[in-house]
Amino acid sequence: MKEFMYIIRGGHDANRSPEEMQQHMQHWQQWMGSLEKSEQLVGGQPLMNEAKTLTEGGKKVTDRPLAEGKELVGGYLLIKANSLDHAAQIAKDCPGFEYGCSVEVREISPME
Amino acid sequence: MKEFMFLFRGDDKVWDSKSPEEQQMHMQEWQQWIGEMAQQEKFIGGERLYSHGNTIHPGGTKVTDRPLTEGKELVGGYLIIKADKIEDATEMAKGCPGLQWNSYVEVREVWPED
Amino acid sequence: MENRDHIDHTLNHLFRQESGKMVSVLIKIFGIENIELAEDVVQDALVKALETWKFRGMPDNPRAWLYRTAKNKAIDIIRHNKHSRVIDFSDPEKQLLTSGYTLTTTMDNYWQEQHIKDDFLGMMYACCHPDISQENQITFILKALCGFSTKEVARSFLSNEDTISKRLYRTKEYFRKHKIRPVIPTSDEINPRTKTVLNAIYLMFNEGYNSTHADQLIRKDLISQAMLLCKSLLSEKRTQLPEVYALMGLMCFHASRIDSRLTKEGRLILLSEQDRTTWDAELIQSGEQYLNKAAFGDELSTYHLEAAIAYQHCCAKQYADTNWEMILEYYELLLKIANDPIVFLNRCLVILELRGPKEALIALENVKNNKLLEKYYLYHATLGEIYQRLEDNRTAATYYQKAMQLTQSKQERQFLKDKIARILK
Repeated sequence: MKEFMYIIRGGHDANRSPEEMQQHMQHWQQWMGSLEKSEQLVGGQPLMNEAKTLTEGGKKVTDRPLAEGKELVGGYLLIKANSLDHAAQIAKDCPGFEYGCSVEVREISPME
Repeated sequence: MKEFMFLFRGDDKVWDSKSPEEQQMHMQEWQQWIGEMAQQEKFIGGERLYSHGNTIHPGGTKVTDRPLTEGKELVGGYLIIKADKIEDATEMAKGCPGLQWNSYVEVREVWPED
Repeated sequence: MENRDHIDHTLNHLFRQESGKMVSVLIKIFGIENIELAEDVVQDALVKALETWKFRGMPDNPRAWLYRTAKNKAIDIIRHNKHSRVIDFSDPEKQLLTSGYTLTTTMDNYWQEQHIKDDFLGMMYACCHPDISQENQITFILKALCGFSTKEVARSFLSNEDTISKRLYRTKEYFRKHKIRPVIPTSDEINPRTKTVLNAIYLMFNEGYNSTHADQLIRKDLISQAMLLCKSLLSEKRTQLPEVYALMGLMCFHASRIDSRLTKEGRLILLSEQDRTTWDAELIQSGEQYLNKAAFGDELSTYHLEAAIAYQHCCAKQYADTNWEMILEYYELLLKIANDPIVFLNRCLVILELRGPKEALIALENVKNNKLLEKYYLYHATLGEIYQRLEDNRTAATYYQKAMQLTQSKQERQFLKDKIARILK
């Protein structure tokens, strides 16, 4: 099996009730739980919105992420799958879609 | 200490234009940079990504066979490191060898577990 | 045309030389708790070499090919076990194996020549940890560092595979339990720790040199492996100690005579009757060079003296030229630092040579009723020799008989049997 990264983007919505939020979190829990059970989950974390971006060889620092809005990276997951398509298939069940996220699926690459 | 993520942005154009020897040298610089963080027990992990990818768009049904952001915004890899605050993490990020090869680094704090 | 035999031979030779080094590096990478994993990788590389070379012929640099194959396999294993608990990546250097950014560079560093050498020597010291029994030390060295199969180790010890597997298991458990780190000891520890290593090497050498074995190949293998281990100690500055040079010299002198000690039928030939023209002059010369290098510092070890004695034999053109006075002097010195029954008995044999049977008997009688001594076949063989010279053949035969019962060696038994037959004729 190969390893893949899900880059989860966008999908911030402040207009949800606490119950809705709670339910959404439970969906995440269930999905990640099922990945863990099939030994496909490697890791992953959500990110805070605050960001610094280094450009121009590190000389310039700006106080925001490079891409914002629906392109803002909100978190990532590392999973195992047989192929890029297989990984994309699994990603379709990501609860992030309930909030309008997009998921970019990328394969981990060795540096050689 | 908090955890931060370095998101490396930019495509492989520069990398591909270099000779194997230059690439080798560049890898040694990464080795050194990450090695120093590891020695200070500030390195947690990280991976490099292949530049091709699939994107599943909002709704979860439409799939396109390329990354959502490309060119200079393409995510090329990430590292997770430890630092006290985002300013310190930003200082650490300045040593990233990728910056010399036209890459951008986005520094983000990992959502704390509670 | 490269045939199977040629490939088999090269690979065999390469494997004896290199597998221990590869295993050592892999143990460094995977951790002492994953010795089996390290051994499997090396075994896989060997199998792959056999299969690939058979079809595509031998590569230009077979050694580099083997190392590269093992390294690539190790990278695969690291990738697969990155998130499992099989390998402990907590050490900062090992942590770099977990990221694609640093994996290959880190891996390449592990396989640099100096690191290979350090890891191999480190493993030698780990195998010869003073808490591990000598028997288990050698068993483990042969298996992990000399590329012997369990079956070959069993043959070397005239034992069975079961026993050997148990010994290997115990040593591995010891490593695991005590988290032994395979490193070259620090300068304040290096002397005593090296003594234990040399002891194991010399035992291994003697296992091959002394004729308890009918199997010539195994014997020569043990001898050359012991010498190879000693040589690798001499290849590193920190372990270039006088005692190491002395043992190397001693083994060269002994090894130079290996082919003259047995007849084609496997019967022992006495030193006085050996064909000295068959002695390996090149090995004797290397022995001399090692012995010269052993002469720095103020340490006089048993190896120095044993080497000096062996040298006296090697440089006598014929038996009659032997400088027995000198040899006796060395034995006296040897007895002072090591009160070893074998040394004592050998000294009696020198006295017999130099001053005749009466003096030799007096020397032996000084320790009569020594229970320990009586267990040695050599004690009875020496007494037999003395009585034979005193022309008391009946007593001599009794002692030879006793000696025959005590020796494990087929050749020694045959030798004594022939002697008895001759004197009772």
